[in-house]
Amino acid sequence: MKFSISNMDLFYGDFQALKNINIEIPANEITAFIGPSGCGKSTLIKSLNRMNDLTEGCKITGEIFLDGENIYGNIDVNALRKRVGMVFQKPNPFPMSVYDNIAFAPRTHGIKSKFKLNEIVEKSLRDAAIWEELKDRLKKSALSLSGGQQQRLCIARALSVQPDVLLMDEPTSALDPISTAKIEELVLKLKKDYTIVIVTHNMQQAVRISDNTGFFLLGELVEYGDTQQLFSVPANKRTEDYITGRFG
Amino acid sequence: MGKRALIAVTAFSAIVWIILFWIVPLPVIILTVIAWIVLLIFNKELGAKILFIASASAAVIAVGLICVFLFAQGIPAMLDIGVLNFLTGTDWRPTWNPPLYGILPMIAGSLYVTAGAILFGVPVGIFAAVFMAKFCPRRIHKVLKPAINLLAGIPSVVYGYFGMVVLVPFVRENFGGNGNSILTASMLLGMMILPTIITISEHAIRAVPPEIYDGAVALGASHESATFKAVLPAAKSGVTASVILGIGRAVGETMAVRMVAGNQAVMRMPHEFLSGTRTLTSNVVIELGYAYGDHRAALIATGVVLFAFILLINTMFMRIRGRK
Repeated sequence: MKFSISNMDLFYGDFQALKNINIEIPANEITAFIGPSGCGKSTLIKSLNRMNDLTEGCKITGEIFLDGENIYGNIDVNALRKRVGMVFQKPNPFPMSVYDNIAFAPRTHGIKSKFKLNEIVEKSLRDAAIWEELKDRLKKSALSLSGGQQQRLCIARALSVQPDVLLMDEPTSALDPISTAKIEELVLKLKKDYTIVIVTHNMQQAVRISDNTGFFLLGELVEYGDTQQLFSVPANKRTEDYITGRFG
Repeated sequence: MGKRALIAVTAFSAIVWIILFWIVPLPVIILTVIAWIVLLIFNKELGAKILFIASASAAVIAVGLICVFLFAQGIPAMLDIGVLNFLTGTDWRPTWNPPLYGILPMIAGSLYVTAGAILFGVPVGIFAAVFMAKFCPRRIHKVLKPAINLLAGIPSVVYGYFGMVVLVPFVRENFGGNGNSILTASMLLGMMILPTIITISEHAIRAVPPEIYDGAVALGASHESATFKAVLPAAKSGVTASVILGIGRAVGETMAVRMVAGNQAVMRMPHEFLSGTRTLTSNVVIELGYAYGDHRAALIATGVVLFAFILLINTMFMRIRGRK
């Protein structure tokens, strides 16, 4: 198991956003979180690399283990975020060149050699399947790319620090169907080397790419299991209502 | 549009303008009268529109009039002296026979003190802005923000007084010279442009979308490197704009500089930063009181050069703002 979460509660001030979450996320598989808006799925994914630390008034109880180590214990948060990369809902490239976007994190972590940086940039872009499109435009501003390219650039940027885990928070919700298809294809390819946790609004997307699915409702993990199983024979009535479109 | 508000706007603008400057309000007053006639007799919407146009055009008319008067008196003087002689002449001897009107020492003086102000003010200002936007606890921000606004509101003569009693002796005792120098003026100006740089830069840094910061942090960057390497570069255009606006303030500053710069109309080289200098602004303010004839015209021509500088700086500012 890559992540194992036990008895986790999360509060924003007085509001309890996650209630007694227990979940195991296996390595080198794609795990999808689905559920209606405000159900806590994004909140949970942000807890996995402690991005919730940035939210004021956020308090977490319970334990989250990454490879057997409690990430809310006495650890280096920056090192954790290096191991657990993240791709956001809206593509957020830095307003600098394509090259500098990818080189940003390696530089921040102390790599100065031009040769090494070139190597990392090429490898990251290749891994994100965007090298062929961008190899002649490395000096161009990242903001001049299309939305889909920007998102794949952000994936490449996340890969530049060689993480173990890739968290994706609705990575295709701002993209057109063709870009979405490209990203799904990429995610399936990346599963070989990375553990992927993806939050999605789109149930078809969860069916298409994920191995395991968790269904969240009002801060609770209603059902969690094998994707095919969950979508064909859901164990819980509320899961069935949601996936058949009765609400949400 | 309420009638009472219209009366208030009209009365206010009329009173302000009549007190300030009697030439400018003439067209404004004429427009306002027309506006009221239209308003009362024909059409309320149209009348209100004309009234607002009149108020808005007041500023444009003021700038236009300043240009007209300045150029009408300054340009002929410049041509009379010879543009090249005027701009590149190193001797300013208005009382000699024949008089010499070369303002290169003053152009250099303005450039020196402005460059010095950038040297002292820009790094401090940008770091202060970063601190206020990204590092400062809210409690400290509550004290710092009004303090910086206050710094912007202090009259320049008070800065000049502070320079005379504190900075001049400080420079005299620690660096030499008599204390009235390029260095002193630079330090004082560096202080005076701080609020401009801090306020606008802080605003620019805060306007950077939070996703940029989050993206950097999610890659394992510390708060410091996310701020300096991702957020600050993203705020580059706003920060540059703040520096240019600060430069504009430094070039145009008169009173404070005049009180600490020594004011000798002598050509200086950059390494003579402990000697006094005279800027374009102080040249005008020092001599205009007793100048007449050609001398007076040469001073107004100095104003034209200053105006050209400011125009250049403002154009740069707007270019950078527009680029975003």
